[in-house]
Amino acid sequence: MNLILPQFVTELLLNIYGLYNFAHRYFQEAFKPPFEFKETFRQFFEIGNKSLGLVSLTGFIIGFVLALQSIPMLTKFGAVSLIPTMISISIVREIGPVIIGLICAGKIGSGIGAELGSMKVTEQIDAMEVSATNPFKFLVVTRITATTLMIPLLIIYADTIALIGGFIALNIFSGQSPQLYISTVFSALTFSDIIPATVKTFFFGFAIGLVGCHQGYNASRGTESVGIAANVSVVHASLLVIIIDMIAVQITMIFL
Amino acid sequence: MIDNPEIKSGLNTDREIVVNIEHLKITLGGNEILKDINLKVYRGETVIILGKSGSGKSVTLKCIIGLMTPESGTVNVLKKSVPDLGIKELQEFRTKLGFIFQSGALYDSMSVRENLEFPLVRHEKLSAEDIEARIRETLSDVGLEDAIDKMPSELSGGMRKRIGLARTLVLKPEIMLWDEPTTGLDPATSVEISKLILKMQEKFKVTSIVVTHDIKCAELTADRIVVLKDGVFAAGGTFEELEKSGDEFVRGFFE
Repeated sequence: MNLILPQFVTELLLNIYGLYNFAHRYFQEAFKPPFEFKETFRQFFEIGNKSLGLVSLTGFIIGFVLALQSIPMLTKFGAVSLIPTMISISIVREIGPVIIGLICAGKIGSGIGAELGSMKVTEQIDAMEVSATNPFKFLVVTRITATTLMIPLLIIYADTIALIGGFIALNIFSGQSPQLYISTVFSALTFSDIIPATVKTFFFGFAIGLVGCHQGYNASRGTESVGIAANVSVVHASLLVIIIDMIAVQITMIFL
Repeated sequence: MIDNPEIKSGLNTDREIVVNIEHLKITLGGNEILKDINLKVYRGETVIILGKSGSGKSVTLKCIIGLMTPESGTVNVLKKSVPDLGIKELQEFRTKLGFIFQSGALYDSMSVRENLEFPLVRHEKLSAEDIEARIRETLSDVGLEDAIDKMPSELSGGMRKRIGLARTLVLKPEIMLWDEPTTGLDPATSVEISKLILKMQEKFKVTSIVVTHDIKCAELTADRIVVLKDGVFAAGGTFEELEKSGDEFVRGFFE
């Protein structure tokens, strides 16, 4: 009996299989010399440094708005002193990693998808291959390594900025002192908040790089495929960030 | 269909055969692009492949360099069976071949210098000074020494093709594969590129296989021309021989 699946299910399964193969090839190539150190560091710069502005602004606004929204409600219950604790735990555990993860999926995932897609369309990837260079190692391994290592750093940085944003809002609207804010934030946070939240960001980074590279590297020949690669990269990477977060939360709840 | 397009041209067949394709067949998306391709290319000669768009000319080149795998048939280049090469052997083999893409295929994010450095630093153990000297020498061969620090976006179509050629030449290949080198260029630049093919031929004694529609380019550069029609080589010979061909399809290219 032939099992006929709806087209979207077939496409989804093929996509998952393609991503699995791509990830498998990444691990095969990543630890095999020659290593493309120069290009990897260039990608650290491209992915990390060039995202700092966006991530800083987003982080600041997250912290600022979160504090601002909480002040009127908690003032009613006389619980303003709990705001730093609430901000620090919610930002470090969940809001910071997920929102910055989604921002990175949009900016970095689409950028990688479009860049590799256009390289494919203009035969630059073929040109690398015929010049006896392994384009997968040069283009894919370097980018996935860079996103895996840089996105966690961006998220830690954005969390810090968000906490500063939260302080500024509290200081302006409820006169919170910096000493009290810092001591409350640090006494509220434990390693069980920070470590699982940081570990999952490595998976976010890997997923964003993997999806962007997979879409771009396998783009078809037409120029239209560049737009499709960028668009699909954002959608799939964002979805993966949410799914990884859900799994990470479940695992954290089991162990902690 | 002709099995040995070289025979008709009265070519000296004593030389070493560097490319030997036999019964090559390729199907793409259900269409039989190449049905039965047979071609021998001798060391040092320039062979032009003429044919309509979509007739499989570029596919033939991609099979020679191992970018595509034939469905059946053999592709022997420099005494190696290309479809049977492993990844490492294929990479080593490709250092002996140069492929000039239709668009130039320069790496957009790199300057001209970095484009030329890219294959050099990966395949040759040279000092920084030697690399710089090799790059400058190669750029001077294509007449673009001044463009060394430019980005690809600052170059014209003809310049991009010259830089694409320079990037290939830095590794001193034995065989050059040209994919429509004059497409999209004005007549004067097309002639310049054709003369450059001749110059490379004279200076480096490379074997060239050129895919083109440009009959002027074929006239200037060809030792021998083969005509691709319906997935097989329909005719072969020198420019003069084919110009007088009785076949209407072949003559169509020369009118």
